[in-house]
Amino acid sequence: MDRAVHDRGGWPTDAPIDRSEHDLADWELLTDALVHVLAGKGLMNVDELRRGIESMPPDEYERASYYERWLYSIETILTEKGVLAPGELNA
Amino acid sequence: MTYRVGQRVRIAARPHEGHHRTPAYCKGKTGRIERIHASFPNPETRAYGEDGLPEKRLYSVGFNPDDFRVSVDIYEHWLEDAE
Repeated sequence: MDRAVHDRGGWPTDAPIDRSEHDLADWELLTDALVHVLAGKGLMNVDELRRGIESMPPDEYERASYYERWLYSIETILTEKGVLAPGELNA
Repeated sequence: MTYRVGQRVRIAARPHEGHHRTPAYCKGKTGRIERIHASFPNPETRAYGEDGLPEKRLYSVGFNPDDFRVSVDIYEHWLEDAE
């Protein structure tokens, strides 16, 4: 059955599961806060956040950390809605 | 269709383009309703800027392979009666 890159439960692999934890960096805390603010303002919801993450190219998804995926999604969804201009965050 | 706790159900095996919350590994598998959570806005439409109405009922479905037990939250429209 075809499945998207995020839908990984049951994928055969010999690689051990990485259970390591790390202290969250400031940008990670701010990214989390940003999503809550955007949700509170009605600009973006958690289902859109997930859909944006799932739209990542598979190789980029694999390289990205948890909150890097969130950032990708925030930019994707807000650009789609016209809140951000295309490339605005690259300026 | 509404399902009751203990009822045997099969997870629909249909493909779905776009966001949905049914993991591939349980599609087509048969399990048992463990719990009825509540109804929630449908993430499949809410993920595209819609309001997600009508709400869909969410169940916990238990699968019991020989060596470990798995519980997955599945929306009602992904369930089929398997009694």
